[in-house]
Amino acid sequence: MKSLGSIRRSFAPWADPTSVPFIAVKNVTKKFGDFVAVDDLSLNIYPREFFALLGASGCGKSTLLRMLAGFEQPTSGEIILDGQNLAGIPPYKRPVNMMFQSYALFPHMTVENNIAFGLKQDGMPKADIAERVDQMLKLVKLDKFSKRKPHQLSGGQRQRVALARSLAKRPKVLLLDEPLGALDKKLREETQFELMDLQQELGLTFVIVTHDQEEAMTMADRIAVMAHGKVVQVATPPEIYEAPNSRFVADFIGDVNIFDGTVSAVGEGTVEIATQTGFTVRVASSEPPAKGAKASLAIRPEKIRVSRDQPACAPLNAAQGEIWDIGYLGDMTVFHVKLKDGKVIKASSLNAVRAVEDPLGYDQEVWISFDENAGVVLKD
Amino acid sequence: MSKFGSAIFNRLVIIIPYAWLLFFFLIPFFIVIRISLSETATAMPPYLPVFDLASGVSGFIDNVKQFSFDNYVWLTEDALYAKAYGSSLWIAAISTFLTLLIAYPMAYGMAQAPNTIRPTLMMLVILPFWTSFLIRVYAWIAILKPEGLLNQFLIQIGIIDSPLIILGTHTAIYIGIVYSYLPFMVLPIYSSLEKMDHSLTEAAQDLGCTPIRAFWRVTFPLSLPGVIAGCMLVFIPAVGEFVIPDLLGGSETLMIGKTLWNEFNANRDWPVSAAVATILLLILVVPIMFFQHAQAKADGR
Repeated sequence: MKSLGSIRRSFAPWADPTSVPFIAVKNVTKKFGDFVAVDDLSLNIYPREFFALLGASGCGKSTLLRMLAGFEQPTSGEIILDGQNLAGIPPYKRPVNMMFQSYALFPHMTVENNIAFGLKQDGMPKADIAERVDQMLKLVKLDKFSKRKPHQLSGGQRQRVALARSLAKRPKVLLLDEPLGALDKKLREETQFELMDLQQELGLTFVIVTHDQEEAMTMADRIAVMAHGKVVQVATPPEIYEAPNSRFVADFIGDVNIFDGTVSAVGEGTVEIATQTGFTVRVASSEPPAKGAKASLAIRPEKIRVSRDQPACAPLNAAQGEIWDIGYLGDMTVFHVKLKDGKVIKASSLNAVRAVEDPLGYDQEVWISFDENAGVVLKD
Repeated sequence: MSKFGSAIFNRLVIIIPYAWLLFFFLIPFFIVIRISLSETATAMPPYLPVFDLASGVSGFIDNVKQFSFDNYVWLTEDALYAKAYGSSLWIAAISTFLTLLIAYPMAYGMAQAPNTIRPTLMMLVILPFWTSFLIRVYAWIAILKPEGLLNQFLIQIGIIDSPLIILGTHTAIYIGIVYSYLPFMVLPIYSSLEKMDHSLTEAAQDLGCTPIRAFWRVTFPLSLPGVIAGCMLVFIPAVGEFVIPDLLGGSETLMIGKTLWNEFNANRDWPVSAAVATILLLILVVPIMFFQHAQAKADGR
């Protein structure tokens, strides 16, 4: 496992211009009547990648997945899988398998027969089927449940049967439609790591659809954030989180404070923005907008410090306010600080020590401050 | 309502169906059995013995001692009855099969139809019930008779030269039964297909089934409860059917419903007709009980 971890760290085929995508979605549009579900969308997914389609419901992510599976045909554009154009190829001839949100286990068949179903369709010899089913049952740790029917299993067990069934045919690509949606939080978190291990063990390409950003961040190599049938940003989880390319992505992934303003000065690799809140920020920016342009600063709550004393950097990157709300979450505390102009911002701090002397309380006058590289500049 | 009061209410609610069964099925059934063990008499009622409260317990015991299975023995001696039972079961089985062949695609089509038009389709299936059953069967006479609508139409378009003889044959009975009982087959199949998760057939296709194979491996097995319910709803009443064979089947059709009617009305032999009815019920109930027992076992419940 350790070696796989190190392979994983250097796994970035999308950064290498010579690597060939495994799945290429080219200008795909899908319309249902007048409704455009997927709008001129292009994407590359590389071999062995764990790729997440993330978005709110109705953003077209499921439609895209269903087009990969073959249940929907693109209105225009094409999908290439491993060099093969998938146009007109029905679902039962595609080298992909899907794990359904509802699991779609056949209620009249035992666990064993559910897993063997796809293999029987391929006309695999009986002995080989038995061996493969055995192997899959062990993989998902359900060997004791082979004779049960789906209704005799718990939600987590059903999820694993669905997974085993979709992996039994050794598809080139596994499509997962909200695979963990029906599980409770603890089980979901455990299963996320199981899925990641499994994907690396089998060396398959996974495409997962989810609306849960934490799930996507945890599991995926890259995330495509989707909205209104388009991809807004495709990047690795840290890039998506730390360098969102738009207000939408910054807002969609995690918590964020956004300060709107106008560029007041452009320095070497930095930019100064006079915010509407009344203070000036100086932030690192590799492609700074021109002076006078409108720009916003997006900054995550954990990158904002809250202190009683005036920070050294003031008046740059610092503002005064009072503590409006305190949310104690155990591992960290979230402060809502009301700035002078009435804007409420979120700041969180890790509770690294058990007892703090004289902790910050309600209505206290405080300073908020942050570093130059703590936030990201969004051009509007 | 107090807890005690609601407990009583709950009991009462359960009692109603049982009371219904008791008064309208079990008691009449025992009266039928009791008549079947009696002998014919030219009297009112036309059988003996007759129980009389005045004769007391000893009179009751005397009466019970007069009961005999002679009528049942009689049924085995005359080949007519066995033939009538056999032909009824056969006609009902063929009709049920034909009904299934027509009803399944209908139900499937209804279940696949857009949500908005399903209630309309359902209404259309039930619509014939708004006209009297008897009138609809009579209408078939007008359609099937040699100079009827069907023959006129077929001669008109030149498929046949001389009229087909349908009325008075088994074919007419099949047509009548299939037509009359179709909704009883369509509705249970539709309800089992309609609640099926569509992603099951998608999963089957995803795993390599063509749409046709997916139907036979997944959709059809899962609709079996509806198919079985529909077959029972058609087969059971079709075995005892009287009106359709009488009106459409002509005089030589041998079905147990007609035999029963003859025994009861023409021969005025209540005990024998009661025995015929009892055997008919046993023929139908016993296999169904075995079947349900086997199914309960297979389900592991």
